[in-house]
Amino acid sequence: MEQLLNRIKDKIEIESLKKRDDLYFINVKEEHIIFLLSYLKEHEGFTHLAFLQAVDFQEYNLFQLTYMLYNYNIKVNLGIKVMIDREKAEMVSIHKLWNHAWQYQRELHELFGINFPNSPNVNESFVLEGWEDIPPMRRDFDTLKYSSETFYQRPGRSTNDPKEYMREKLYKNFVEPPKIRKEND
Amino acid sequence: MIKNSESKYTNFIADRSKYPKMENGKAVIDLESHKYTKLWQGPQHPGVTGNMAVEITVNGDEIIKAKTHVGYLHRGFEKLLERRTYIQGFTIVNRICVPEPDTNEYCYSTAVEDLAGIEIPEKAKWLRTLNLEMSRIASFLMWIGGQAGSLGMGTISQWTVGMRDFWLDLFEEMAGGRIYHMYMIPGGVRKNLPAGFTEKAKDLVIKTRNLLYDVERTFFNNAIIKSRLKGLGIITPEMVDEYGIVGPNARASGKPYDVRMNNPYAKYDELDIKMLTSTVGDAYARAELRYKEMHQSLDLISQILDRIPKTGEIHAKLPNVLHWKIPAGQTYVKAESTRGEHGFFVVSDGSKFPRRVYNRGASYTHAISVLEKLAENISISDLAGLMVSLHTCPPEIER
Repeated sequence: MEQLLNRIKDKIEIESLKKRDDLYFINVKEEHIIFLLSYLKEHEGFTHLAFLQAVDFQEYNLFQLTYMLYNYNIKVNLGIKVMIDREKAEMVSIHKLWNHAWQYQRELHELFGINFPNSPNVNESFVLEGWEDIPPMRRDFDTLKYSSETFYQRPGRSTNDPKEYMREKLYKNFVEPPKIRKEND
Repeated sequence: MIKNSESKYTNFIADRSKYPKMENGKAVIDLESHKYTKLWQGPQHPGVTGNMAVEITVNGDEIIKAKTHVGYLHRGFEKLLERRTYIQGFTIVNRICVPEPDTNEYCYSTAVEDLAGIEIPEKAKWLRTLNLEMSRIASFLMWIGGQAGSLGMGTISQWTVGMRDFWLDLFEEMAGGRIYHMYMIPGGVRKNLPAGFTEKAKDLVIKTRNLLYDVERTFFNNAIIKSRLKGLGIITPEMVDEYGIVGPNARASGKPYDVRMNNPYAKYDELDIKMLTSTVGDAYARAELRYKEMHQSLDLISQILDRIPKTGEIHAKLPNVLHWKIPAGQTYVKAESTRGEHGFFVVSDGSKFPRRVYNRGASYTHAISVLEKLAENISISDLAGLMVSLHTCPPEIER
Protein backbone atom coordinates (compact mmCIF):
# COMPACT_ATOMS: atom_id res chain seq x y z
CA MET A 1 0.00 0.00 0.00
CA GLU A 2 2.89 2.37 0.80
CA GLN A 3 4.33 1.66 -2.65
CA LEU A 4 0.99 2.47 -4.22
CA LEU A 5 0.83 5.80 -2.40
CA ASN A 6 4.37 6.58 -3.57
CA ARG A 7 3.41 5.79 -7.15
CA ILE A 8 0.53 8.27 -6.88
CA LYS A 9 2.79 10.85 -5.23
CA ASP A 10 5.12 10.64 -8.23
CA LYS A 11 2.28 11.68 -10.47
CA ILE A 12 0.25 14.21 -8.50
CA GLU A 13 0.36 16.08 -5.25
CA ILE A 14 -1.52 14.25 -2.45
CA GLU A 15 -1.62 13.99 1.32
CA SER A 16 -2.20 10.50 2.69
CA LEU A 17 -3.41 9.29 6.06
CA LYS A 18 -3.48 5.75 7.40
CA LYS A 19 -6.53 5.13 9.57
CA ARG A 20 -6.40 1.36 9.90
CA ASP A 21 -4.63 -1.45 8.09
CA ASP A 22 -7.56 -1.70 5.72
CA LEU A 23 -8.51 1.98 5.51
CA TYR A 24 -6.51 4.84 4.03
CA PHE A 25 -7.50 8.39 3.17
CA ILE A 26 -6.04 10.63 0.47
CA ASN A 27 -6.53 14.37 0.13
CA VAL A 28 -6.39 15.51 -3.46
CA LYS A 29 -7.02 18.69 -5.41
CA GLU A 30 -10.21 19.13 -7.37
CA GLU A 31 -8.57 19.20 -10.82
CA HIS A 32 -6.81 15.84 -10.32
CA ILE A 33 -9.83 13.81 -9.29
CA ILE A 34 -10.79 12.31 -12.67
CA PHE A 35 -7.18 11.39 -13.40
CA LEU A 36 -6.73 9.80 -9.99
CA LEU A 37 -9.98 7.83 -10.05
CA SER A 38 -9.39 6.50 -13.56
CA TYR A 39 -5.80 5.62 -12.69
CA LEU A 40 -6.85 3.75 -9.54
CA LYS A 41 -9.65 1.96 -11.36
CA GLU A 42 -7.78 0.97 -14.51
CA HIS A 43 -4.26 0.32 -13.20
CA GLU A 44 -4.35 -0.28 -9.45
CA GLY A 45 -7.39 -2.52 -9.12
CA PHE A 46 -9.62 -0.20 -7.08
CA THR A 47 -12.66 -1.25 -9.06
CA HIS A 48 -15.41 -1.02 -6.46
CA LEU A 49 -16.96 2.36 -5.69
CA ALA A 50 -18.59 1.90 -2.28
CA PHE A 51 -20.04 5.40 -2.06
CA LEU A 52 -19.66 9.06 -2.92
CA GLN A 53 -20.78 11.43 -0.19
CA ALA A 54 -20.43 15.00 0.98
CA VAL A 55 -19.71 16.59 4.34
CA ASP A 56 -20.61 20.21 4.95
CA PHE A 57 -17.88 22.32 6.56
CA GLN A 58 -19.89 25.50 6.80
CA GLU A 59 -17.33 27.40 8.91
CA TYR A 60 -14.64 27.02 6.22
CA ASN A 61 -17.17 27.55 3.41
CA LEU A 62 -16.24 24.15 1.94
CA PHE A 63 -17.81 20.84 1.04
CA GLN A 64 -15.79 17.68 1.43
CA LEU A 65 -16.56 15.03 -1.18
CA THR A 66 -15.46 11.49 -0.29
CA TYR A 67 -15.06 8.79 -2.93
CA MET A 68 -14.71 5.45 -1.15
CA LEU A 69 -12.98 2.84 -3.31
CA TYR A 70 -12.17 -0.79 -2.58
CA ASN A 71 -9.56 -3.15 -3.96
CA TYR A 72 -10.57 -6.84 -3.93
CA ASN A 73 -7.00 -8.09 -4.23
CA ILE A 74 -5.23 -6.21 -1.46
CA LYS A 75 -8.49 -5.84 0.50
CA VAL A 76 -8.06 -2.17 1.30
CA ASN A 77 -10.55 0.69 1.36
CA LEU A 78 -9.24 3.98 0.04
CA GLY A 79 -11.18 7.16 0.73
CA ILE A 80 -10.40 10.04 -1.62
CA LYS A 81 -11.26 13.43 -0.17
CA VAL A 82 -11.74 16.55 -2.26
CA MET A 83 -12.59 19.98 -0.94
CA ILE A 84 -14.83 22.11 -3.12
CA ASP A 85 -16.19 25.61 -2.78
CA ARG A 86 -19.49 25.76 -0.93
CA GLU A 87 -20.89 28.86 -2.63
CA LYS A 88 -20.29 27.68 -6.17
CA ALA A 89 -20.70 23.96 -5.48
CA GLU A 90 -19.93 22.14 -8.70
CA MET A 91 -17.97 18.98 -9.43
CA VAL A 92 -17.02 16.87 -12.42
CA SER A 93 -19.33 13.94 -12.98
CA ILE A 94 -17.90 10.40 -12.80
CA HIS A 95 -20.89 8.59 -14.33
CA LYS A 96 -18.69 7.34 -17.17
CA LEU A 97 -16.39 5.50 -14.76
CA TRP A 98 -19.11 3.71 -12.75
CA ASN A 99 -22.65 3.05 -13.91
CA HIS A 100 -24.17 3.65 -10.50
CA ALA A 101 -22.34 6.91 -9.76
CA TRP A 102 -25.23 8.98 -11.13
CA GLN A 103 -27.36 7.91 -8.17
CA TYR A 104 -24.97 9.45 -5.65
CA GLN A 105 -24.66 12.58 -7.77
CA ARG A 106 -28.44 12.94 -7.97
CA GLU A 107 -28.67 12.56 -4.21
CA LEU A 108 -25.93 15.13 -3.58
CA HIS A 109 -27.58 17.55 -5.99
CA GLU A 110 -30.86 17.30 -4.14
CA LEU A 111 -29.72 17.10 -0.52
CA PHE A 112 -26.58 19.30 -0.63
CA GLY A 113 -27.12 21.42 -3.72
CA ILE A 114 -23.89 20.27 -5.39
CA ASN A 115 -24.20 20.37 -9.14
CA PHE A 116 -22.74 17.70 -11.42
CA PRO A 117 -23.03 18.95 -15.00
CA ASN A 118 -23.93 16.32 -17.63
CA SER A 119 -24.68 13.64 -15.05
CA PRO A 120 -27.77 11.63 -16.08
CA ASN A 121 -31.04 12.39 -14.27
CA VAL A 122 -29.25 14.81 -11.96
CA ASN A 123 -32.17 17.22 -11.85
CA GLU A 124 -34.76 14.58 -10.97
CA SER A 125 -36.09 14.39 -7.46
CA PHE A 126 -34.76 11.59 -5.26
CA VAL A 127 -36.59 11.61 -1.93
CA LEU A 128 -38.02 15.14 -1.82
CA GLU A 129 -40.78 16.00 -4.23
CA GLY A 130 -41.57 19.65 -4.86
CA TRP A 131 -38.93 20.94 -2.46
CA GLU A 132 -38.44 24.71 -2.62
CA ASP A 133 -36.31 25.47 0.42
CA ILE A 134 -32.50 25.32 0.54
CA PRO A 135 -31.05 21.79 0.24
CA PRO A 136 -31.89 20.18 3.58
CA MET A 137 -28.61 18.43 4.38
CA ARG A 138 -26.71 21.73 4.43
CA ARG A 139 -25.78 22.81 7.94
CA ASP A 140 -27.58 26.14 7.67
CA PHE A 141 -30.95 24.48 7.06
CA ASP A 142 -32.91 25.00 10.26
CA THR A 143 -35.16 21.98 10.79
CA LEU A 144 -37.10 23.52 13.68
CA LYS A 145 -37.85 26.71 11.76
CA TYR A 146 -38.91 24.74 8.70
CA SER A 147 -41.24 22.45 10.60
CA SER A 148 -42.82 25.29 12.58
CA GLU A 149 -43.46 27.21 9.36
CA THR A 150 -44.68 24.24 7.32
CA PHE A 151 -46.71 22.25 9.81
CA TYR A 152 -49.19 23.53 12.35
CA GLN A 153 -48.76 22.88 16.01
CA ARG A 154 -51.19 20.45 17.54
CA PRO A 155 -52.65 21.72 20.76
CA GLY A 156 -51.13 19.84 23.63
CA ARG A 157 -53.11 17.31 25.60
CA SER A 158 -54.63 18.46 28.83
CA THR A 159 -52.59 17.05 31.64
CA ASN A 160 -53.57 16.14 35.15
CA ASP A 161 -51.75 15.63 38.33
CA PRO A 162 -52.30 11.89 38.73
CA LYS A 163 -52.77 12.08 42.47
CA GLU A 164 -55.38 14.82 42.28
CA TYR A 165 -57.07 13.17 39.32
CA MET A 166 -57.44 9.79 40.99
CA ARG A 167 -58.68 11.32 44.19
CA GLU A 168 -61.27 13.25 42.19
CA LYS A 169 -62.32 10.21 40.24
CA LEU A 170 -62.29 7.45 42.83
CA TYR A 171 -62.91 9.19 46.10
CA LYS A 172 -65.33 11.89 45.04
CA ASN A 173 -67.88 10.94 47.65
CA PHE A 174 -65.28 10.11 50.17
CA VAL A 175 -66.56 10.32 53.68
CA GLU A 176 -64.26 10.36 56.63
CA PRO A 177 -64.77 7.07 58.49
CA PRO A 178 -66.31 7.44 61.93
CA LYS A 179 -63.82 7.28 64.70
CA ILE A 180 -63.86 4.08 66.66
CA ARG A 181 -64.16 4.64 70.32
CA LYS A 182 -61.66 2.98 72.49
CA GLU A 183 -63.14 0.23 74.63
CA ASN A 184 -62.06 1.66 77.91
CA ASP A 185 -63.58 5.10 77.28
CA MET B 1 -56.24 -33.35 -25.45
CA ILE B 2 -54.98 -31.30 -28.37
CA LYS B 3 -51.77 -32.55 -29.84
CA ASN B 4 -49.15 -30.00 -30.70
CA SER B 5 -49.61 -30.49 -34.40
CA GLU B 6 -53.34 -29.78 -34.09
CA SER B 7 -52.90 -26.76 -31.88
CA LYS B 8 -54.23 -23.47 -33.12
CA TYR B 9 -50.78 -22.01 -32.54
CA THR B 10 -49.11 -24.29 -35.07
CA ASN B 11 -49.12 -21.80 -37.88
CA PHE B 12 -49.39 -18.76 -35.69
CA ILE B 13 -47.54 -15.66 -36.87
CA ALA B 14 -47.41 -12.78 -34.45
CA ASP B 15 -48.74 -9.47 -35.65
CA ARG B 16 -45.55 -7.45 -35.46
CA SER B 17 -47.36 -4.19 -36.22
CA LYS B 18 -48.46 -4.14 -32.60
CA TYR B 19 -44.91 -4.44 -31.34
CA PRO B 20 -42.57 -1.56 -30.63
CA LYS B 21 -40.15 -0.22 -33.17
CA MET B 22 -36.56 -1.07 -32.32
CA GLU B 23 -33.64 1.24 -32.83
CA ASN B 24 -30.09 0.23 -31.84
CA GLY B 25 -31.47 -2.68 -29.83
CA LYS B 26 -33.69 -0.43 -27.73
CA ALA B 27 -37.42 0.04 -28.10
CA VAL B 28 -38.59 3.47 -29.15
CA ILE B 29 -41.12 4.44 -26.54
CA ASP B 30 -43.93 6.52 -27.96
CA LEU B 31 -46.82 6.58 -25.53
CA GLU B 32 -49.08 8.20 -28.14
CA SER B 33 -48.89 5.08 -30.32
CA HIS B 34 -51.11 3.13 -27.85
CA LYS B 35 -48.68 0.23 -27.90
CA TYR B 36 -47.59 0.88 -24.35
CA THR B 37 -49.10 1.02 -20.91
CA LYS B 38 -47.56 2.69 -17.90
CA LEU B 39 -48.07 0.87 -14.63
CA TRP B 40 -46.92 1.24 -11.07
CA GLN B 41 -45.64 -1.72 -9.13
CA GLY B 42 -45.88 -0.60 -5.53
CA PRO B 43 -45.46 1.43 -3.39
CA GLN B 44 -47.72 -0.74 -1.22
CA HIS B 45 -45.26 -3.50 -0.39
CA PRO B 46 -44.60 -5.24 -3.70
CA GLY B 47 -43.30 -8.39 -2.03
CA VAL B 48 -41.50 -8.12 1.30
CA THR B 49 -39.31 -5.40 -0.06
CA GLY B 50 -40.88 -2.45 1.72
CA ASN B 51 -42.42 0.69 0.34
CA MET B 52 -40.85 1.35 -3.00
CA ALA B 53 -42.44 1.95 -6.38
CA VAL B 54 -41.32 0.78 -9.80
CA GLU B 55 -42.81 2.71 -12.69
CA ILE B 56 -42.92 0.29 -15.59
CA THR B 57 -43.70 0.77 -19.26
CA VAL B 58 -45.14 -2.45 -20.66
CA ASN B 59 -45.86 -3.70 -24.11
CA GLY B 60 -48.23 -6.63 -23.76
CA ASP B 61 -46.83 -8.26 -20.64
CA GLU B 62 -43.21 -7.44 -21.41
CA ILE B 63 -41.49 -4.70 -19.47
CA ILE B 64 -39.75 -2.28 -21.82
CA LYS B 65 -38.54 0.22 -19.26
CA ALA B 66 -38.49 0.36 -15.48
CA LYS B 67 -37.78 3.25 -13.20
CA THR B 68 -37.50 3.11 -9.42
CA HIS B 69 -39.13 5.76 -7.28
CA VAL B 70 -38.22 6.04 -3.63
CA GLY B 71 -39.04 8.56 -0.95
CA TYR B 72 -41.92 6.85 0.83
CA LEU B 73 -39.79 5.96 3.83
CA HIS B 74 -37.53 8.99 4.06
CA ARG B 75 -37.27 9.90 7.73
CA GLY B 76 -34.11 11.99 7.59
CA PHE B 77 -32.04 9.79 9.90
CA GLU B 78 -28.76 11.34 8.83
CA LYS B 79 -30.02 14.83 9.59
CA LEU B 80 -31.43 13.65 12.92
CA LEU B 81 -28.09 12.14 13.88
CA GLU B 82 -26.35 15.47 13.35
CA ARG B 83 -28.51 16.98 16.09
CA ARG B 84 -28.10 14.17 18.63
CA THR B 85 -25.28 13.24 20.96
CA TYR B 86 -23.40 10.05 20.15
CA ILE B 87 -25.26 7.97 22.71
CA GLN B 88 -28.65 9.28 21.53
CA GLY B 89 -27.73 8.36 17.98
CA PHE B 90 -27.39 4.74 18.96
CA THR B 91 -31.17 4.40 19.46
CA ILE B 92 -31.83 5.90 16.01
CA VAL B 93 -29.48 3.96 13.76
CA ASN B 94 -31.12 0.57 14.24
CA ARG B 95 -34.38 1.95 12.90
CA ILE B 96 -32.81 2.39 9.47
CA CYS B 97 -33.48 -1.21 8.49
CA VAL B 98 -36.33 -3.12 10.12
CA PRO B 99 -35.59 -6.76 9.21
CA GLU B 100 -31.93 -6.49 10.16
CA PRO B 101 -31.20 -3.66 12.58
CA ASP B 102 -28.11 -5.17 14.20
CA THR B 103 -25.70 -4.47 11.36
CA ASN B 104 -26.49 -0.76 11.73
CA GLU B 105 -25.91 -0.93 15.48
CA TYR B 106 -22.65 -2.77 14.99
CA CYS B 107 -21.28 -0.37 12.37
CA TYR B 108 -22.27 2.75 14.29
CA SER B 109 -20.87 1.51 17.60
CA THR B 110 -17.63 0.34 16.01
CA ALA B 111 -17.21 3.63 14.16
CA VAL B 112 -17.60 5.58 17.41
CA GLU B 113 -15.15 3.23 19.16
CA ASP B 114 -12.73 3.60 16.28
CA LEU B 115 -12.83 7.40 16.53
CA ALA B 116 -12.65 7.47 20.32
CA GLY B 117 -9.96 4.75 20.50
CA ILE B 118 -11.89 2.34 22.69
CA GLU B 119 -10.97 -1.33 22.84
CA ILE B 120 -13.92 -3.55 23.72
CA PRO B 121 -13.70 -6.67 25.93
CA GLU B 122 -13.31 -10.15 24.45
CA LYS B 123 -16.67 -11.44 25.60
CA ALA B 124 -18.46 -8.43 24.12
CA LYS B 125 -16.95 -9.28 20.74
CA TRP B 126 -18.33 -12.84 20.94
CA LEU B 127 -21.75 -11.60 21.98
CA ARG B 128 -21.75 -9.13 19.10
CA THR B 129 -20.90 -11.87 16.63
CA LEU B 130 -23.69 -14.04 18.02
CA ASN B 131 -26.15 -11.18 17.72
CA LEU B 132 -25.10 -10.44 14.14
CA GLU B 133 -25.46 -14.06 13.06
CA MET B 134 -28.85 -14.38 14.74
CA SER B 135 -30.05 -11.32 12.90
CA ARG B 136 -28.69 -12.75 9.66
CA ILE B 137 -30.70 -15.94 10.00
CA ALA B 138 -33.84 -13.97 10.99
CA SER B 139 -33.46 -11.73 7.95
CA PHE B 140 -32.85 -14.64 5.59
CA LEU B 141 -35.90 -16.49 6.94
CA MET B 142 -37.96 -13.41 6.08
CA TRP B 143 -36.35 -13.23 2.66
CA ILE B 144 -37.00 -16.83 1.62
CA GLY B 145 -40.64 -16.43 2.63
CA GLY B 146 -40.81 -13.35 0.43
CA GLN B 147 -39.13 -15.07 -2.49
CA ALA B 148 -41.59 -17.95 -2.36
CA GLY B 149 -44.53 -15.60 -1.76
CA SER B 150 -43.65 -13.44 -4.73
CA LEU B 151 -43.99 -16.49 -6.95
CA GLY B 152 -47.33 -17.45 -5.45
CA MET B 153 -46.17 -20.03 -2.90
CA GLY B 154 -47.52 -18.57 0.30
CA THR B 155 -47.05 -21.69 2.42
CA ILE B 156 -43.31 -21.24 2.76
CA SER B 157 -43.77 -17.65 3.93
CA GLN B 158 -46.03 -18.93 6.70
CA TRP B 159 -43.44 -21.47 7.80
CA THR B 160 -40.39 -19.27 7.70
CA VAL B 161 -41.93 -16.11 9.12
CA GLY B 162 -43.29 -18.30 11.91
CA MET B 163 -39.80 -19.65 12.55
CA ARG B 164 -38.38 -16.13 12.47
CA ASP B 165 -40.70 -15.31 15.33
CA PHE B 166 -38.97 -17.91 17.50
CA TRP B 167 -35.67 -16.19 16.73
CA LEU B 168 -37.26 -12.87 17.68
CA ASP B 169 -38.29 -14.42 21.00
CA LEU B 170 -34.66 -15.35 21.51
CA PHE B 171 -33.69 -11.77 20.77
CA GLU B 172 -36.18 -10.64 23.37
CA GLU B 173 -34.48 -12.82 25.97
CA MET B 174 -31.09 -11.58 24.90
CA ALA B 175 -31.68 -7.84 24.56
CA GLY B 176 -35.21 -7.09 25.74
CA GLY B 177 -36.67 -6.17 22.37
CA ARG B 178 -38.02 -8.28 19.53
CA ILE B 179 -37.44 -6.05 16.51
CA TYR B 180 -35.13 -3.25 17.65
CA HIS B 181 -32.60 -4.76 19.97
CA MET B 182 -30.33 -1.81 20.80
CA TYR B 183 -27.89 -4.39 22.05
CA MET B 184 -24.50 -3.21 20.83
CA ILE B 185 -23.82 0.12 22.45
CA PRO B 186 -20.51 1.92 21.94
CA GLY B 187 -18.07 0.19 24.27
CA GLY B 188 -19.52 -3.30 24.25
CA VAL B 189 -22.93 -4.88 24.66
CA ARG B 190 -25.73 -4.03 27.01
CA LYS B 191 -26.53 -7.34 28.69
CA ASN B 192 -25.11 -10.74 29.45
CA LEU B 193 -26.80 -13.86 28.16
CA PRO B 194 -29.64 -15.00 30.43
CA ALA B 195 -29.60 -18.42 32.10
CA GLY B 196 -30.60 -21.25 29.81
CA PHE B 197 -30.08 -19.20 26.66
CA THR B 198 -27.49 -21.51 25.11
CA GLU B 199 -29.74 -24.58 25.36
CA LYS B 200 -32.70 -22.72 23.86
CA ALA B 201 -30.59 -21.36 21.02
CA LYS B 202 -29.13 -24.80 20.22
CA ASP B 203 -32.60 -26.28 20.21
CA LEU B 204 -33.79 -23.58 17.83
CA VAL B 205 -30.84 -24.18 15.52
CA ILE B 206 -31.97 -27.82 15.13
CA LYS B 207 -35.58 -26.79 14.59
CA THR B 208 -34.58 -24.24 11.95
CA ARG B 209 -32.41 -26.80 10.15
CA ASN B 210 -35.35 -29.19 10.00
CA LEU B 211 -37.54 -26.45 8.60
CA LEU B 212 -34.89 -25.58 6.02
CA TYR B 213 -34.83 -29.18 4.75
CA ASP B 214 -38.60 -28.94 4.29
CA VAL B 215 -38.09 -25.66 2.45
CA GLU B 216 -35.49 -27.29 0.25
CA ARG B 217 -37.85 -30.10 -0.70
CA THR B 218 -40.76 -27.80 -1.47
CA PHE B 219 -39.00 -24.74 -2.86
CA PHE B 220 -35.79 -25.80 -4.58
CA ASN B 221 -37.22 -29.02 -6.00
CA ASN B 222 -40.35 -27.34 -7.25
CA ALA B 223 -40.71 -27.39 -11.04
CA ILE B 224 -42.58 -24.07 -11.13
CA ILE B 225 -40.02 -22.28 -8.99
CA LYS B 226 -37.21 -23.67 -11.12
CA SER B 227 -38.79 -22.69 -14.40
CA ARG B 228 -39.58 -19.18 -13.17
CA LEU B 229 -36.33 -18.37 -11.38
CA LYS B 230 -33.78 -19.98 -13.68
CA GLY B 231 -32.55 -17.44 -16.16
CA LEU B 232 -34.29 -14.55 -14.45
CA GLY B 233 -32.26 -11.40 -13.80
CA ILE B 234 -28.80 -12.62 -14.76
CA ILE B 235 -26.00 -10.53 -13.26
CA THR B 236 -22.85 -10.92 -15.34
CA PRO B 237 -19.40 -10.72 -13.67
CA GLU B 238 -18.69 -7.47 -15.56
CA MET B 239 -21.78 -5.87 -14.05
CA VAL B 240 -20.54 -6.47 -10.50
CA ASP B 241 -17.91 -3.73 -10.62
CA GLU B 242 -19.77 -1.46 -13.00
CA TYR B 243 -22.83 -1.29 -10.73
CA GLY B 244 -21.17 -1.69 -7.35
CA ILE B 245 -23.00 -4.96 -6.65
CA VAL B 246 -22.10 -6.63 -3.35
CA GLY B 247 -23.22 -9.46 -1.09
CA PRO B 248 -24.94 -12.64 -2.26
CA ASN B 249 -25.89 -10.92 -5.53
CA ALA B 250 -22.19 -10.52 -6.36
CA ARG B 251 -21.13 -13.88 -4.95
CA ALA B 252 -23.74 -15.66 -7.06
CA SER B 253 -22.00 -14.14 -10.09
CA GLY B 254 -18.61 -15.43 -9.04
CA LYS B 255 -17.19 -12.42 -7.19
CA PRO B 256 -15.69 -13.68 -3.92
CA TYR B 257 -16.42 -10.64 -1.78
CA ASP B 258 -17.72 -11.16 1.73
CA VAL B 259 -16.70 -8.59 4.35
CA ARG B 260 -16.70 -11.32 7.02
CA MET B 261 -13.75 -12.96 5.27
CA ASN B 262 -12.16 -10.15 3.27
CA ASN B 263 -11.86 -7.74 6.19
CA PRO B 264 -12.71 -9.84 9.26
CA TYR B 265 -14.41 -7.97 12.08
CA ALA B 266 -15.69 -8.96 15.54
CA LYS B 267 -14.74 -12.65 15.93
CA TYR B 268 -15.15 -13.87 12.36
CA ASP B 269 -11.41 -14.45 11.93
CA GLU B 270 -11.53 -17.13 14.64
CA LEU B 271 -14.55 -18.96 13.26
CA ASP B 272 -14.62 -21.73 10.71
CA ILE B 273 -16.25 -19.98 7.76
CA LYS B 274 -15.98 -20.54 4.04
CA MET B 275 -16.66 -18.23 1.10
CA LEU B 276 -19.67 -19.52 -0.84
CA THR B 277 -19.89 -18.55 -4.49
CA SER B 278 -21.69 -19.59 -7.62
CA THR B 279 -21.05 -18.74 -11.25
CA VAL B 280 -24.51 -18.77 -12.77
CA GLY B 281 -25.70 -15.38 -11.58
CA ASP B 282 -29.46 -15.81 -12.06
CA ALA B 283 -32.22 -15.58 -9.47
CA TYR B 284 -32.17 -19.32 -8.80
CA ALA B 285 -28.42 -19.30 -8.13
CA ARG B 286 -28.88 -16.38 -5.75
CA ALA B 287 -31.65 -18.24 -3.93
CA GLU B 288 -29.49 -21.37 -3.65
CA LEU B 289 -26.55 -19.35 -2.39
CA ARG B 290 -28.65 -17.65 0.27
CA TYR B 291 -30.02 -21.04 1.29
CA LYS B 292 -26.48 -22.33 1.77
CA GLU B 293 -25.59 -19.20 3.71
CA MET B 294 -28.51 -19.84 6.04
CA HIS B 295 -27.06 -23.23 6.86
CA GLN B 296 -23.64 -21.63 7.28
CA SER B 297 -25.14 -19.05 9.60
CA LEU B 298 -26.72 -21.76 11.76
CA ASP B 299 -23.38 -23.52 11.83
CA LEU B 300 -21.67 -20.31 12.96
CA ILE B 301 -24.24 -19.82 15.72
CA SER B 302 -23.46 -23.32 17.04
CA GLN B 303 -19.73 -22.58 16.91
CA ILE B 304 -20.15 -19.27 18.74
CA LEU B 305 -22.35 -20.79 21.44
CA ASP B 306 -19.69 -23.40 22.14
CA ARG B 307 -16.84 -20.92 22.29
CA ILE B 308 -18.39 -17.95 24.06
CA PRO B 309 -16.48 -17.24 27.32
CA LYS B 310 -18.44 -17.94 30.48
CA THR B 311 -16.99 -15.04 32.42
CA GLY B 312 -15.55 -11.68 31.65
CA GLU B 313 -16.47 -8.05 31.18
CA ILE B 314 -19.07 -7.19 28.57
CA HIS B 315 -18.55 -3.47 28.53
CA ALA B 316 -15.54 -1.17 28.44
CA LYS B 317 -15.38 1.79 30.78
CA LEU B 318 -16.69 4.93 29.10
CA PRO B 319 -16.62 8.57 30.17
CA ASN B 320 -19.92 10.25 31.02
CA VAL B 321 -21.78 9.60 27.80
CA LEU B 322 -24.04 12.63 28.19
CA HIS B 323 -21.06 14.96 27.77
CA TRP B 324 -18.99 12.66 25.61
CA LYS B 325 -16.76 14.48 23.13
CA ILE B 326 -15.29 12.31 20.39
CA PRO B 327 -11.89 13.38 18.98
CA ALA B 328 -12.03 14.91 15.51
CA GLY B 329 -11.57 12.42 12.70
CA GLN B 330 -13.18 10.41 9.96
CA THR B 331 -13.72 6.70 9.66
CA TYR B 332 -15.52 4.12 7.58
CA VAL B 333 -16.63 0.88 9.18
CA LYS B 334 -18.30 -1.89 7.23
CA ALA B 335 -19.91 -5.21 7.95
CA GLU B 336 -21.64 -7.91 5.94
CA SER B 337 -25.40 -7.66 6.13
CA THR B 338 -27.64 -10.17 4.38
CA ARG B 339 -27.71 -7.85 1.39
CA GLY B 340 -24.00 -7.19 1.24
CA GLU B 341 -21.51 -4.58 2.33
CA HIS B 342 -23.14 -2.30 4.87
CA GLY B 343 -21.14 0.61 6.18
CA PHE B 344 -21.11 3.76 8.24
CA PHE B 345 -18.99 6.76 7.34
CA VAL B 346 -18.75 8.91 10.47
CA VAL B 347 -17.13 12.35 10.58
CA SER B 348 -16.46 13.92 13.96
CA ASP B 349 -15.41 17.55 14.47
CA GLY B 350 -14.47 17.16 18.13
CA SER B 351 -17.79 18.32 19.54
CA LYS B 352 -20.58 16.45 21.34
CA PHE B 353 -22.47 15.92 18.09
CA PRO B 354 -21.32 14.07 14.96
CA ARG B 355 -20.63 16.28 11.97
CA ARG B 356 -21.93 13.72 9.50
CA VAL B 357 -23.09 10.12 9.69
CA TYR B 358 -23.59 8.44 6.36
CA ASN B 359 -25.09 4.98 6.03
CA ARG B 360 -24.08 2.98 2.96
CA GLY B 361 -26.60 0.26 2.24
CA ALA B 362 -26.26 -2.41 -0.39
CA SER B 363 -29.79 -1.82 -1.69
CA TYR B 364 -28.87 1.67 -2.81
CA THR B 365 -27.53 0.35 -6.09
CA HIS B 366 -29.38 -2.99 -6.16
CA ALA B 367 -32.81 -1.44 -6.08
CA ILE B 368 -32.18 1.44 -8.48
CA SER B 369 -29.51 1.00 -11.17
CA VAL B 370 -29.41 -2.80 -11.11
CA LEU B 371 -33.14 -3.37 -10.89
CA GLU B 372 -33.81 -0.87 -13.68
CA LYS B 373 -31.38 -2.72 -15.91
CA LEU B 374 -32.45 -6.27 -15.05
CA ALA B 375 -36.17 -5.52 -15.28
CA GLU B 376 -35.94 -4.74 -18.99
CA ASN B 377 -37.47 -7.39 -21.28
CA ILE B 378 -38.79 -9.63 -18.51
CA SER B 379 -42.44 -10.54 -18.00
CA ILE B 380 -44.46 -8.29 -15.72
CA SER B 381 -45.32 -11.29 -13.53
CA ASP B 382 -41.63 -11.90 -12.79
CA LEU B 383 -40.90 -8.39 -11.53
CA ALA B 384 -41.87 -9.08 -7.91
CA GLY B 385 -39.72 -12.23 -7.96
CA LEU B 386 -36.81 -10.25 -9.33
CA MET B 387 -37.11 -7.52 -6.72
CA VAL B 388 -37.09 -10.02 -3.88
CA SER B 389 -34.28 -11.96 -5.52
CA LEU B 390 -32.10 -8.84 -5.34
CA HIS B 391 -33.12 -8.62 -1.66
CA THR B 392 -33.79 -4.91 -1.67
CA CYS B 393 -34.55 -3.01 1.50
CA PRO B 394 -35.85 0.51 0.68
CA PRO B 395 -35.29 2.07 4.12
CA GLU B 396 -31.55 1.89 3.61
CA ILE B 397 -31.84 3.67 0.25
CA GLU B 398 -33.41 6.83 1.57
CA ARG B 399 -32.40 6.70 5.26
